[in-house]
Amino acid sequence: MNNSKAKFILKNFIKVLLLLFAVSVAAFALMTASPIDPLKANVGQAALGSMSQEQIAKLEEYWGVGQPPLQRYIAWFRDFVRGDMGISLLYRQKVTTVIAVKLGNSLFLMIIAWILSGLIGFLLGSLAGMNRGKPIDKIIKGYCLVISSTPAFWIAMLLLIIFGVWLKILPIGLSVPIGVEASGVTFFDRVRHAILPAVTLSITGISNIAMHTREKMIDICDSDYVLFAKARGESNWQIFKNHGFRNVLGPAVTLQFASISEIFGGSVLVEQVFSYPGLGQAAVSAGLGSDMPLLMAITIISALFVFGGNFIANILYGVIDPRIRRGGAGR
Amino acid sequence: MEREKILEINNMKISFTQYQKGIQQTELPVIKDLSVTIHAGEMVAVVGSSGSGKSLLAHGIMGILPYNAEMGGEIRYCGEPLTEKNIRKLRGKEIVLVPQSTSYLDPLMKVGQQICKGKKNKEKKKHLDSIFEQYSLDKKVQEQYPFELSGGMTRRIMISTALIENPKLVIADEPTPGLDPKLAKRAMEHFRQLADMGAAVLVITHDLELALETADRVQVFYAGYTIEDAAVDDFNEEETLRHPYTRALWRAMPKHGFQYINGVQPYVKDNLQGCPFAPRCDRKSQECQGEIPWKASGSGYVRCIL
Repeated sequence: MNNSKAKFILKNFIKVLLLLFAVSVAAFALMTASPIDPLKANVGQAALGSMSQEQIAKLEEYWGVGQPPLQRYIAWFRDFVRGDMGISLLYRQKVTTVIAVKLGNSLFLMIIAWILSGLIGFLLGSLAGMNRGKPIDKIIKGYCLVISSTPAFWIAMLLLIIFGVWLKILPIGLSVPIGVEASGVTFFDRVRHAILPAVTLSITGISNIAMHTREKMIDICDSDYVLFAKARGESNWQIFKNHGFRNVLGPAVTLQFASISEIFGGSVLVEQVFSYPGLGQAAVSAGLGSDMPLLMAITIISALFVFGGNFIANILYGVIDPRIRRGGAGR
Repeated sequence: MEREKILEINNMKISFTQYQKGIQQTELPVIKDLSVTIHAGEMVAVVGSSGSGKSLLAHGIMGILPYNAEMGGEIRYCGEPLTEKNIRKLRGKEIVLVPQSTSYLDPLMKVGQQICKGKKNKEKKKHLDSIFEQYSLDKKVQEQYPFELSGGMTRRIMISTALIENPKLVIADEPTPGLDPKLAKRAMEHFRQLADMGAAVLVITHDLELALETADRVQVFYAGYTIEDAAVDDFNEEETLRHPYTRALWRAMPKHGFQYINGVQPYVKDNLQGCPFAPRCDRKSQECQGEIPWKASGSGYVRCIL
């Protein structure tokens, strides 16, 4: 058994290395193919016009214009393997430093959204699935369908208008109050600034999880074992407690960890709307500003997150489901 | 002394509503006319070929038919009409169902917990231990999941779900498929035991030979109708059987010559008039096209004009 575990880990380790390599190549290729001229984007047309040829040549060297792509990629790759992610061209700081700050902000947001959407989505989905066809199911289903067909950034703007502009009870953006020293920022301030983006992310995340959970719950309710439970006089609550919850938990956990990628993707748009200085926003500015080292690092980290989420889901499934846990042990 | 009538079903009908070609609804009568009576301490087998809708009889009694099914006729339990409200109170307590396959067990719930419906109390546990002992199941099995059981063990576990309740009426839906002859016989004997302990037992099966070995009476189900109700002893010779189909069944048994008759059971959608067996019957006449009554004949019943 130890042997098969080691094999499993080794296999996944190789998998993640290959994945990261492929992602980095793809990200780099896209970036090279991008029509954005880093000089025009970052220095500005007017400023460029008033510069001397020498100054422009210096800038071109800084932004890597004119270097053969393959050479640039190999240089980046060599540093990256050694653990050096380089220096962000936009922030003029070490990429690791930039990411550490941005990731801290984003994680705060994403964890709240992830937990909220997971719990509420699971509850709503179970409720709808157990009561298929009844009014409560129709309401939940209706909500989910409307939300899933609504773009996240539009919900973000709507919430911003309602709570930030009209009601003025929540800040309209950023992660800390304006005009306050960094040392004066309290934890409460941070939470207040994270509420709107986190709620936006949760609202969109809920519908996905709820709809999948509902579907699974309906399958369970149609199963022979629930029919038999009914024939044994179990009440709806007993059926949920004994069979529904147990059987929907595995798929729900898988879904929850797989949804990390969606939360990650959603955060890019939502952070943009709320000017929330997180990883998503950094990715957008790195992309638009041709900040190659930063964008590559963010891409790699996102890929790691998504892979990690799915990997954890795989492992947890084995822990939850006795057919895998016990069935696999004998072999 | 007449024993107590536990279950009495008169003219049960079960049909499905189906949609065909968009919005055109059709009624699919699966059980057209079924009558059966079971007394305390008696084991009655309803025998019919596989896939003929016998299981619906069990689901109809338990009140767990699918939403698009409709049931007619009368079901009486201990003299009282068994309404939807009544069955909700009685099922899982006085009236229990023994299901037909492993799929009726929750794959993620330990067997012991499942038999006790997730409840934990000492009394139940003691009862469970005694049942396990009776069925020579190891106590360790209580901590196992359904996927870890063999076919014979699964069968005993499903019967245990009935025994834990002290039932008055046990309905067993196809308890033997997938078991080898020895285990199938054992399973049937478990039901015989329940009947000997005083319960009324209704076994729905396609295995006539096994039914004859263990049951008191046999009801033959054909194309939606019960066509004969006979004591097991009536099957000792062909002449004491009443319906031509039952006689054909008798002749088809290995020890009686293994003869078969041509044709197949009519499909529910064919919507035949009169006797459903007439197309295959060698004694049919003009009158077989009309209404065939369910009439008493000796110690049993028959649906035939002969």
